[in-house]
Amino acid sequence: MSAALILGVAGLAAAGTFLITARSLSRIVIGFALIGHATVLALIAAGGPSGDAPIADGSDGSLANPLPQALALTAIVISFGLTLFVLALARRQQQLTGNDLVEDDIEDRRIAAIHGGLHDDGIEHDHGEYVDEREWTIPEATTPPSDAARSGDAAPSDTPPSDGSAR
Amino acid sequence: MTAIIALVVVLPLLAAALALATGTIPRLRDGITIATLLAVTALSFVLLVAVERDGTVVLRVGGWSPELGIVLVADLFAALILFIAVATITVVELFAIGQRRTPAGANPAVVSPILLVLTGGVCLAVLTGDLFTLFVAFELILVSSYVLLTHQGRAAQIRSGMTYVVINLFASALFLFGVAIVYSATGTVNMALLAERIPQLSSGVQLGIGLWFLVVFGTKAAIFPLFSWLPDSYPTAPTSITAVFAGLLTKIGVYVIIRFFTITEMNDLGPLLLVVAGLTMIVGVLGALAQDDVKRILSFHVVSQIGYMIMGLGLFTVAGVAGAVLFLIHQIPVKTVMFLSGGLIEDDQGTSTLSKVGGLATSKPVIAALFALPALSLAGLPPFSGFVAKLALVDAGIDKGAIAIVVVSLVGSVLTLMSMTKIWLGVFWGAPTAPALPASSRTSKRFMTSATSIAVLGTLTIAVVAGPLWDMSERVANELLDRTPYIEEVLAE
Repeated sequence: MSAALILGVAGLAAAGTFLITARSLSRIVIGFALIGHATVLALIAAGGPSGDAPIADGSDGSLANPLPQALALTAIVISFGLTLFVLALARRQQQLTGNDLVEDDIEDRRIAAIHGGLHDDGIEHDHGEYVDEREWTIPEATTPPSDAARSGDAAPSDTPPSDGSAR
Repeated sequence: MTAIIALVVVLPLLAAALALATGTIPRLRDGITIATLLAVTALSFVLLVAVERDGTVVLRVGGWSPELGIVLVADLFAALILFIAVATITVVELFAIGQRRTPAGANPAVVSPILLVLTGGVCLAVLTGDLFTLFVAFELILVSSYVLLTHQGRAAQIRSGMTYVVINLFASALFLFGVAIVYSATGTVNMALLAERIPQLSSGVQLGIGLWFLVVFGTKAAIFPLFSWLPDSYPTAPTSITAVFAGLLTKIGVYVIIRFFTITEMNDLGPLLLVVAGLTMIVGVLGALAQDDVKRILSFHVVSQIGYMIMGLGLFTVAGVAGAVLFLIHQIPVKTVMFLSGGLIEDDQGTSTLSKVGGLATSKPVIAALFALPALSLAGLPPFSGFVAKLALVDAGIDKGAIAIVVVSLVGSVLTLMSMTKIWLGVFWGAPTAPALPASSRTSKRFMTSATSIAVLGTLTIAVVAGPLWDMSERVANELLDRTPYIEEVLAE
């Protein structure tokens, strides 16, 4: 187990974790790619000392441990698929809002506002302030940029408004 | 019997491919899905009966030795949870067939195959005998849950889906690091071998491994303080999807926590687990009290109830672990039923926000009954299954002398009852409100109501057979804490 491998794991994991804390999904994707590499390196490092390729029979030299390599291959395939999924998610978010930022929990904010001492009059109870997606109707007056992107005006992106089912 | 172990994993995955291929022919696709789920339920019941009678069944995939290959192990714990989980998924698929005819329903061409993949993942996660296959099973479950959560592509789902996906991806990466750590410390990922080798490690390394996997599995199981992704993401999915998530995903996390921490003898973590359990119960239920939407309240209860199972494990006594197992058995169907009846409310009224609905007790007495029965069970009132499970836990806690956690769990129960009362007052009493949506068709209503009724009957059955179930749970706990039967069966020549 070489110090270079360990340093590689640490550096990749640190950089990846830093990127994941960003709000932009494109940074998060890169962060996960880096962390994925770190895990693969860690699995390889866990396999012990390096050696010859564990394929050929008749080789009498010291062979590398094949088990962690099998694990690493599986991990690579899985992280590849998931990277694509996150990219698709980022694409959909960009269609909806014009960017790929991870947003706050709207419902949670609303509950916090209700319980933040604004309880005594009816105005703050007005549920029209947030978009309740479950109701299938989106009020005109809502502020999130999702509506701007949907109606097509003032959307920062050049993507046409589209429905998920259209594709 | 070994054939059954292989079948319950492979059958759903093959059927998923078929359901995907026949996606354009609804009747064939639904037929395949339901037939497969029923078949897997039947197989897992046969497996449960066989394991109960003849003991643990082990399948070495490809005939490889446990050091190198994959082993699938069906002991009593695995067989019990497997049967309950698969039966629950089957009922939810019935509900989903009804719900898909309504506007809030999920896209059946996506849900049928993906639900089957999820079933395969759950079966694999429950049966697997090594850590890395467990990782693969978790990924199967998570990937299908990502798709199920976001496939409608609505803004709220994408928003909460991003949080959900990012947190779970990170936990998966930590899982892989954990596998690497365990492998470099012990030279194996097989659980039976780990059971022999981890207790021989120095106490510092043991503690490190234990804490690492507590974070990994704790994120999946949504324990305090790793739960915040759950109440955010679950309510945005269609009800049938949320019901599966609430009933199964976190519970599989708990199952794995119980399995891993008993087989590696992490008894030193007991006090920490108890603290985490108490905080999970209380923070979860307080979060529920603050909400004003049925699905969000129920999502916070998912978190709160996890605490009870961790409490049972944290005691590390036979009675405690048996209580946790019984609680797990009771929670999977009850939690699912709660969300299904929440779905009925939403289908009837067009929303599940407390302030917008009311008077359902008179206008829809069936829904009221289907909600009230599991709600009382969840709160732990006699004679329902929740009472039996909580009584077992409280008993075990008093036996161990852990009075603080017993008090906390009772306070949590009272608060649970309070928030159930809040739903009852908001939704079922008061002036009846008019539905906001055009009524969904009779067929779909009939499907959804009968699926929920079947599930409610299931939860009531648990209370009826509580005696035999408790005996089984005690046997499971004995096997888990004793460890030797598992190790011997897996490593036997």
